Amino acid sequence: MSALSFEGLNVWFGEGRDRVDAVKGATFQVAPGETFGLVGESGSGKSTIMRALTGLAPHWSGHMSVNGRPVGRRRDKEFYKTVQMVFQDPYASLHPRQSVDQVLSETLYLHGFTDIEPRIEKLLDDVGLGPSFRFRYPHQLSGGQRQRVAIARALAPEPSILLLDEPTSALDVSVQAEILNLLTDLRAEHDLTFLMVSHDLAVVGHMCERIAVMQFGEIVEILGVDEMRAMQTTQPYTRSLLKASLGYIRD
Amino acid sequence: MTDLLDVKDLWVRFPTRNGVFDAVRGVSFKLGRERLGIVGESGSGKSMTGRAILRLIRAPGQVEAAHIRLDGEDLLQKSEAEMRKVRGERISMVMQDPKFSLNPVMTVGEQLIEAYQLHARGGKAEARRRAIEMLEAVSIRDPERVMRAYPHEMSGGMGQRIMIAMMLIPDPELLIADEPTSALDVSVQAQVLQILDKLVQDRGMGLIFISHDLNLVAQFCDRVLIMYAGRVVETCDADKLHEASHPYTRGLLNSLPRFDAPQERLEVLQRDPTWAAAPSVGPSA
Repeated sequence: MSALSFEGLNVWFGEGRDRVDAVKGATFQVAPGETFGLVGESGSGKSTIMRALTGLAPHWSGHMSVNGRPVGRRRDKEFYKTVQMVFQDPYASLHPRQSVDQVLSETLYLHGFTDIEPRIEKLLDDVGLGPSFRFRYPHQLSGGQRQRVAIARALAPEPSILLLDEPTSALDVSVQAEILNLLTDLRAEHDLTFLMVSHDLAVVGHMCERIAVMQFGEIVEILGVDEMRAMQTTQPYTRSLLKASLGYIRD
Repeated sequence: MTDLLDVKDLWVRFPTRNGVFDAVRGVSFKLGRERLGIVGESGSGKSMTGRAILRLIRAPGQVEAAHIRLDGEDLLQKSEAEMRKVRGERISMVMQDPKFSLNPVMTVGEQLIEAYQLHARGGKAEARRRAIEMLEAVSIRDPERVMRAYPHEMSGGMGQRIMIAMMLIPDPELLIADEPTSALDVSVQAQVLQILDKLVQDRGMGLIFISHDLNLVAQFCDRVLIMYAGRVVETCDADKLHEASHPYTRGLLNSLPRFDAPQERLEVLQRDPTWAAAPSVGPSA
């Protein structure tokens, strides 16, 4: 049974002549323990798939399921205990007037935990932040530290599936390496399944086993990481994307 | 070869409650008609260096230098009015995000025409002709339509090309591009770089290319300055960047995931306080 399954997923925004079809007929499965990458240019619908799954994009049709359980219009607590999301910009996704302690304890409280104290310490430890960070506010943290807090918050309900929406694109390369290593460690420790969106093919290649290439809301191709590295692709779009990501070549 | 730009001992200081913060500390470099890359992490002072050249640092920030010479004229000695003649006309700057640097309530055409009329005495018809010419120079397909459009109707790549077109209207000698492609998709990035590249070659313009992307700078520029904590820690030819010797540069390069060489874990940069303390590397005069 796959951890995540999407079948003929359509997502749209707006109505009538303003309607934009952001995702058209997306079908793919993510196996438990796998890291699956979604790549494509901005506007290709890669983040929208995640947002539809978590209920942030309300207009969708098709079929989505998590660990074999279909996702309905309303998501229950069980869903949010299983699936959590880390957002792109750690400067925007943390409340500026809530300390790390408040962010984590509220999340834990909402998920019905009673042993909040030890859990906060454990979470901070898990993401490589010491207890000294507990009572800090976001403006007292660097970008990488903020992203660690965002990851700790996502891990709070002990999910099995983590959705990563460009988790390192707002960070410097040296910090990016730390966060990617942290994610790799957490995946091994907690048996996590990752669905990851990124425009950086090197990052996706480093993290993921299989990659779906998207263009104009459709999945152009799904390929394994070794095929991607070897540029074994049948689709011209994938090839041009791979070529562009190799950098600037003067002709 | 006479240098287009000669910066010596540049400091940018910001007084704060906890004493003076030095954002740029004693940076010196020379630039000919070439592509100079400035790389570093956020907070390393690379953007501040770019802005300081144009004296765009607002009070309470202070710019100090032995000299910033453009074709032998010291920009620091100029009055604010004279500086306005330099900005745009002789040195132009392209900022990171086109969304924030175009006026949202003016059409693209109006903005381009305004840019021309500010710098050159010319009729509206002439300004219009030049504006369309520039849009064509940055490979915009349908310039007539783009002239009538508002910035929000443009994609990021189009917006950035319009910004470059606007910067080129007065035909500057030096273009400072501050992360010009960071907000763009990889495929669009290539187009924008091609345009910049062509302009440098065809017009003999100097280019300062500020970026955090080491690989891109290595491929695109002629020479690279690597900045750390407000200082230049290393300067080298761009094609030899991968043989760089400074541990900071090496650390940055190694922390990048490699597309062609998979690894289990990425190397994490170990910072050494002596890097920040060491003086800037001067120009290879």
